[in-house]
Amino acid sequence: MTAILRSSVIRKTAGALATLFGVAVFVFFMLRAIPGDQISASLGTEAAGLTEAQRQALVEYYGIDEPLTTQFFSWLANLFAGDLGFSVRAQQPVLDLTVAALPVTFQLAVFAILLALIIGVPIGMLSASAPRKARDFVGQAVSLLGLSIPAFLLATTLLTFFAVNLGFNPNGLGYKTLFEDPSVNLQQMFLPSLVLGFGISAPIIRTTRAAVLEIRGQDFIRTARAKGVKTQRIQFRHILRNALIPIVTMTGLQFGYLLGGAVVVEQIFSLPGIGRQVLLGIQQKEYALVQSTVLVIAASFVVINLLTDLLYRAIDPRVRAE
Amino acid sequence: MTQLKQRLNAPLKAIALASSAGLVLAGCASATEEPTTEPTETTSATAEPEPTSGGSMVVGITVDPDTIFPWKATQFQAFRMLENVYDTLTAFDADLNVVPGLAESWEVSDDGLAITFDLRDGVKFSDGSDFDSADVKYSYEAIQDEANAAVARSTLGGVTSIDTPDSDTVVLNLATADVGILANLTSVNLAIVSSDDTEETLSTATNGTGPFVLESRTAGQNVVLARNPNYWGDATPLDTVEFRVLPDEAAIAAAMSAGNVQMAVFSDPITARTVTGDVTVNTTPQLSYHALMLNARNGSMTDKNVRLAIQCAIDRQAVLDTALLGEGAVTGPITSPAFRSDPNARPCPERDLAAAAEYLAASGNAGGLEIDAIVAQNLYAGAVEIAQAVAAQLAEANITLNLEVLESGTYIDRWIAGDFESAIALNGGRPDPDGMYGRYFPSTGNLNQVSGYSSETMDALFAAGKSEGDPTARKQIYADVSAELEDNAVWVWLFSGYTYTATSDSITGFTPMTTGSWQYLRTTGLK
Repeated sequence: MTAILRSSVIRKTAGALATLFGVAVFVFFMLRAIPGDQISASLGTEAAGLTEAQRQALVEYYGIDEPLTTQFFSWLANLFAGDLGFSVRAQQPVLDLTVAALPVTFQLAVFAILLALIIGVPIGMLSASAPRKARDFVGQAVSLLGLSIPAFLLATTLLTFFAVNLGFNPNGLGYKTLFEDPSVNLQQMFLPSLVLGFGISAPIIRTTRAAVLEIRGQDFIRTARAKGVKTQRIQFRHILRNALIPIVTMTGLQFGYLLGGAVVVEQIFSLPGIGRQVLLGIQQKEYALVQSTVLVIAASFVVINLLTDLLYRAIDPRVRAE
Repeated sequence: MTQLKQRLNAPLKAIALASSAGLVLAGCASATEEPTTEPTETTSATAEPEPTSGGSMVVGITVDPDTIFPWKATQFQAFRMLENVYDTLTAFDADLNVVPGLAESWEVSDDGLAITFDLRDGVKFSDGSDFDSADVKYSYEAIQDEANAAVARSTLGGVTSIDTPDSDTVVLNLATADVGILANLTSVNLAIVSSDDTEETLSTATNGTGPFVLESRTAGQNVVLARNPNYWGDATPLDTVEFRVLPDEAAIAAAMSAGNVQMAVFSDPITARTVTGDVTVNTTPQLSYHALMLNARNGSMTDKNVRLAIQCAIDRQAVLDTALLGEGAVTGPITSPAFRSDPNARPCPERDLAAAAEYLAASGNAGGLEIDAIVAQNLYAGAVEIAQAVAAQLAEANITLNLEVLESGTYIDRWIAGDFESAIALNGGRPDPDGMYGRYFPSTGNLNQVSGYSSETMDALFAAGKSEGDPTARKQIYADVSAELEDNAVWVWLFSGYTYTATSDSITGFTPMTTGSWQYLRTTGLK
């Protein structure tokens, strides 16, 4: 490993750790800035009937009796020991819950990204191939629809349409993992991936279109044409390959967002993923659950960004040369 | 009970569902509302075929039970599951009459200060151990212990000691006579557990005397109950009942339409009506009620004339129609069927702006006045809409209602502290009026600071209601309570909503209850 590369890795790792620490501090204190606590979240207005001794007993039960700084550093110390905390609601360690939820969201995100690329890249290329012509307008319209149709609306409509008209509702069967029942699992992932993929295809269409338009006007493309290179080869070998960097950047970002942002789709299609875990945690004010899960999501985001960087090196020789 | 067969066409349903989804999602936050806000009205069982023995049923729920320990359960789903696993000394039948539970019979002493329960013979916990009076004493004393933070501790607040003269007999000695305690003991928060068990053991596994046992629990996915082979009553027709988590009501409706789920309770009527196939939807009025709570100890609300002006300026039916699409019924203070208040027995049964103006003038505010109201943004569906409809009506009476729309945590904190001039609220109802209001309006009630009102008359009426053994006389006492509350415009009681219980036509034997209870899962089976 060269010295430059080593220092780059060290710099990136240090940056990632600093980011994660910032996230930890931010989530910890933001959560506590929200009015109410686990007692009021659990009891609602019935909490008014608690005696002082009962309240104290509950404060100890939920582990919110320590000063904030003590809570923060003991949480952080436990994290380093691999202990993400304990969910009183589920009576399970947060680590176990996360280990069960993360693959669900990860699988969903992979499928959604694949569908988004399948929809987005060809449409983006088609749009760019004839700017301001009919096929461009159609491509832009698809992109606009993807951006404007809210995921909850599309999800609910598809769910209801398939269930009522076709009797197809695999998500009503209760979640099955890929290993438990591959056929049911893939069916359960189909509609949610489609909904997310359609939404994500919009920025991919736009990015692809813009990148292709920019590259096809460059000198080396003109040179290739002048040298009589076949159009198809120019499209894929020269234009698409060079357009891949912004597409990969956009895809990587979207993938990162999906890990924490698929909550609505997970909710509607009853997928027990990481987004739902955070949502439930917030509703129940389960501090340990939310903090640790958000940190896991943030860590995944950082790792994905790192992988995206590495992918640049694979696709673009110029990055490798640097 | 209204029964609706679903006949909407599919495209319309898809649109209706999609349009309601935002509301449904917004309503998710209220999933942990107090269980006592859910109760509903009496329904009587219709003639149905006998269930066959065996088989499984899936019940759709939006969130999984947040605990399996009965004394700390507050969530609707936890209640519904646990009441099928644990028993209480007394129970309700479908018409909310108090009937024997683990106590086969009981006798109240002449002075009302001792209740002697004769316990049922041959009862076993699901682990096979015997149930006896020591378990009752252990359970009740643990619930009374503040260190255990049991949510129903106040129900046993008047119990001074518990005697167990023999293994089949329990005597509750009371500080003052308390007729309502028999109804209040039905809550699963007062479940009888084995004296060998602790909170720790019962937080990971159940050990009750009820018809089902907990078979499995997967956080965020499902809870499966199986028939309890040691149950003292008739064996449940079903082998298992799965409470399957489908976090969105639209998803439950879709699952019912596709035949994946056989039963569910909906809070949103539009979603309930989108269920297709052989499904029956029962509409059940709730005991919980929407109200504009007025804090008679705060600001201009201390003036009775101001409160009366507000009461007269509101058209309850119009608010109901505007905010909840008419899905509910205008109500007085007491919603329990046996004690129900006459909604027309109030100073202004219909909106009367002239009377409102007179009251306002009498309060010295002829030129109008401003009052503040707190509203919860995400605690339950419809709160903001109700607040806006009420504000619009009050504006016509020259009363400006300044709405403070708050995040649920802030709202609850302010509500608990009684830190409001007025509050738009959805409060829980209970079958017994003492259980419902005995904590709010007597000056010694533990929620009196929230109710913002007390009086000697009120104290005397509640004391009389607690000790009066004659049902007719007791009913009159609570009619007087109701009149006192309305005549003084303590709060403005608006209306009660409905729940919608959808059951597949492939099942039989289930009776929805006005308390929201699913205790009749024990008689439910497949046709």
